[in-house]
Amino acid sequence: MRAFADLLETLVHTPRRTRKLALLRAYFRATPDPDRGYALAALAGTLEMPSLTPSVIRGVAQARVDPRLFALSHDFVGDLAETVALIWPDPPTPPGPPPGLSETVERLRAASRAARPGLLDELFDRLDPSARFALIKLCAGGMRVGVSARLARTALAEEFGRPLSRIEELWFALSPPYADLFAWLEGGEEPEADLSLAFRPMMLANPLEPERFETLAPADHIAEIKWDGVRVQAAATRAGRRLYSRAGEDLAPAFPDILAAMDWQGCVDGELLVAIDGAPRPFAELQARLGRKRVTAKMLAEAPAHIRAYDLLHDGERDLRALPLAERRARLAAWIETHAPARLDLSPEIRFETWDQLAALRDAQRAEGQEGLMVKRRDAPYAAGRPIGPWWKWKRDPLSADCVLMYAQRGHGRRSSYYSDFTFGAWEPDPEGPPGAERLAPVGKAYSGFTDAELVELDRWVRAHMTQRFGPVRAVEQALVVEVAFDAVQISRRHRSGVAMRFPRIKRIRWDKPADEADRVETLRALAAPQG
Amino acid sequence: MKATELLELRPQGLWCPPAGAFIDPVRPVDRAIVTHGHGDHCRPGSRALLATPETVAIAEARYGRTAFAATQAIPAGRPMRLGDATITLVPAGHVLGSAQVVVEAGGARAVVSGDYKRAADPTCAPFEPVPCDLFVTEATFGLPVFRHPPVQDEIARLLASVRAQPERCHAIGAYALGKAQRMIAELRRAGWDRTIYLHGALVGLCTVYGRLGIPLGPLETVRGQGAELKGEIVLGPPSALNDRWARRLPDPVICAASGWMRVRQRAKQRGVELPLVVSDHADWDELTATITETGAQTVWVTHGAEEALCLWCADQGLDARPLALAGRGEEEAM
Repeated sequence: MRAFADLLETLVHTPRRTRKLALLRAYFRATPDPDRGYALAALAGTLEMPSLTPSVIRGVAQARVDPRLFALSHDFVGDLAETVALIWPDPPTPPGPPPGLSETVERLRAASRAARPGLLDELFDRLDPSARFALIKLCAGGMRVGVSARLARTALAEEFGRPLSRIEELWFALSPPYADLFAWLEGGEEPEADLSLAFRPMMLANPLEPERFETLAPADHIAEIKWDGVRVQAAATRAGRRLYSRAGEDLAPAFPDILAAMDWQGCVDGELLVAIDGAPRPFAELQARLGRKRVTAKMLAEAPAHIRAYDLLHDGERDLRALPLAERRARLAAWIETHAPARLDLSPEIRFETWDQLAALRDAQRAEGQEGLMVKRRDAPYAAGRPIGPWWKWKRDPLSADCVLMYAQRGHGRRSSYYSDFTFGAWEPDPEGPPGAERLAPVGKAYSGFTDAELVELDRWVRAHMTQRFGPVRAVEQALVVEVAFDAVQISRRHRSGVAMRFPRIKRIRWDKPADEADRVETLRALAAPQG
Repeated sequence: MKATELLELRPQGLWCPPAGAFIDPVRPVDRAIVTHGHGDHCRPGSRALLATPETVAIAEARYGRTAFAATQAIPAGRPMRLGDATITLVPAGHVLGSAQVVVEAGGARAVVSGDYKRAADPTCAPFEPVPCDLFVTEATFGLPVFRHPPVQDEIARLLASVRAQPERCHAIGAYALGKAQRMIAELRRAGWDRTIYLHGALVGLCTVYGRLGIPLGPLETVRGQGAELKGEIVLGPPSALNDRWARRLPDPVICAASGWMRVRQRAKQRGVELPLVVSDHADWDELTATITETGAQTVWVTHGAEEALCLWCADQGLDARPLALAGRGEEEAM
C-alpha cells in the first residue's frame, strides 16, 4: 500500500507526461504481482470495488473523532477522503504492519456490507495518511491523478518493450490483477484470450499538404466527408458489445442508445455523432454526452447518438482488414443494406475527377458536423497506426477573425510563470451607451497557436497593461488585436456574445491594428453553420 | 489581580495595562514588546521596541536602524521590571529570537505565546513551557487534520527527488525569515554540503543568522548561472517561484515548504510539484499538548482556526475564547 500511495501522491503533483511515464514505469517494474496488477486496474478504471458511500466513510471517522471538530476540518479541507485520511488519529500502537495493496483490495471485496465499516476502521489504523487517502479513493472510484488507461498501458509498453497496439488488443480480454499480462510482458507466453471483442488499433490519417497532389492520382483514391464527432470502433459478437474510442477507452456507459442498437455482428469503424434524422448536431451536444457515467432519459431523447460508418473491419467473425479499402467499402455498403442497423449509416463516397474539383467541394463545406474531407487509397488494407500514404485528412481551411484581448490568466506547469491563457472579444452595440456606442463581448479563449517568442511578448504586454484582477484572472486594456484562427463558429445560448468558436488558437499578434478595427460579433455570427 | 486583567484587546493590538506596553501591536505605538521578527508581529514605527537581542537585530535588518526611535534587547530568561509588571521573554521555538512574553503582576501570570512550535529546529532555541493562569496561544494550524510529519522525512523526500531528476533544479518556496534558514540547516544536517542558491530577498536574513551564530554553510545568490544550477537546490520567496524570476532556473521542480502543503488541493492550486510539509507553527497535537502543559485555566486563541481549538478547550473544562487580532498569519498564507 505504501508504494502505491507514494505513486499516487507523486503523480497528483506531477504535471509532465514524460515524468508521469517514468514514475509509472518504475512502479510497474519494481512492484510484485498481484499489487501492480491492482494498481494498474485502479489507474485504468477497471478495478471493481465495493462502493462506499460518503456517509459510511464519514461514519467510520466520526466514531473516532469529535463530530464538531470533524465538521470544521471538513469545511476547511473540502474533500471528504482527504479530511478522513488526515484527521484519523494514530493509534498508540499500530494493530499490525501496514497491509499490502492486494490484501486491502481482496479483503474489502470479500467483506459483507455490514463488515465494511469495521474493516475500514482496522485498515485505517494500520495505514499512514497518504495510504488512507489511497484506500478511500480506491473505494470511491476515480483516482484523479491525471493518468489515463492509455498512459498506463503506454508505460507498460515502454518499460517492457512490447507493442502498445498488442497490449491494447489484449486489454479488454484480460482482467485484474493482470497476472497473465505481466507474465507475458516479462518474457512469458502471450495470454490466451478471446479477442473477438478486443479493440483493434485504429488506422489514422496524416494531414494532406497541397504539394502532395502532384504525386497522387485521383483515380486511385476515394473521398468522403471528415465528420466532426468522435472516432469510434463498435464491435459486437455473441460474447457481447463494445464501443471504443480512438484510444481504446470504453465509451459504452455514456452511450447506452448505441449499445442497445448494436443487434448485428461485426466490427465497424466510424464517427460517433449526435444526429437528428441523420443530420449531425453541433459538436457541443456530443461533448455534453461524453464522459457521463449515467445518462438521463432526457439526454437520450434530446441528443440521440448515431454512428456514421467509414469502414468494416469484421463482418461477423470474418476479419476484413487485409482486404483493399474499395472492397471493404463495398462490403460495408452491402452489410448496411442487409442488416439495416438502427443508429448507423454509411458515410457516403464523394465522386470526383480532379483534385481541383475536390478542392472546390471542400471550400464550399459549411454544414454542421463536417470538418473537411478524407482521401483514402482504394487498394490500402486497414493497418494500425498512422502509415504515410494510404489515408489523408484534408481539413477545411480555418476561419479567422481579428479579436481584442480582454483577459489573461497564467498557465500551468512549464507555463506557470506566463500569462498564456487568453480570452478575447469582438465588438457589439452597447445597449447601455449612447447610440452607436460599441462594447466588447468575449467570443473565445485560446491557449495555443503562438510561438514561444510570441508568448514572451504577449506575457510582457499583459503585465504592462493589466487593469483589474478577478482572482487569478487579469483584465487588460482593450488595445491589443490578435488574429484568431478557428474551425467553425457555433451559435450558443451559453455565451453572452451568442457565438462560440470551435478550436480557437492565436494565429498572429496584430501589433499594427487598432482595436476599434477588430471584427464585430455580427461578422462571426454570419460564419456560423445554418441552423436546423 | 486576575490574570485576565493583565491583558486587554485594543485596536492597536494586545495591551498590557500594568506594563503600559503593547504586545505585537499592528500600528505604531509608544512602547511595543515584540515576540518575533515576522512582519505580522513586528511592524516598524513604534517609538520603543522591546525584544530579544536576535529579534532586535532582525527588525533592524528588515526595517533599518531608524525604524524605531529606541530599541531595548532583553536576553531570554532575564526578568525585567516594566511599570507595575515583570516581563520575561522565554524561547518560543518559532524562528531565531522568537519568544513568549511572560507577564506577571499582582500574583497572576499571563503568557503570550506569539507563534511557536515544539518540533526541534537547529536555528533557534526550543520552546519552554511556562506554567500560567492565562495562556494566549496561536492557532494557525488549529484543526486536527494538521499533524506535521518529522522534518527529516520531508528533507529525505526532497533529496530523493533531487537524485531522481539530476537534470532539473529544485526551487523551494520558503518564507525569508525562519523557514528559509531552517530548510538550509536541515539540509546541512542531512548531509547536503553543496552550495545552496538563494533569491536576493533571502540573502539579508541569512547573513543576519550567520552573524548571530547559526552556521548555514556555503550560500550563493542566483544570478545568471543558468545550466550550472541543474541538480542544485535554490530557495526563494514563494511569490517569486511562480513568476518571471523562476524562468532563469533550468527546468525547475517547484517545491514549497509550508504546513499548508498537508492539504493537496492547496498544493495543487499553487502549482507546486513537490509539496514539503514543513511548518514553524505548532500542529494540532502540539497546540493541545502545550495548553495542557501550561496548566492555564483561561485560554485566548489568536490567528487561525480559533473555533476548533476553543471547542477542544471547552471540552477540557477550560475557559477559552477567540481573540480577533487583525492582520495575522501573513507569513504562512503566502
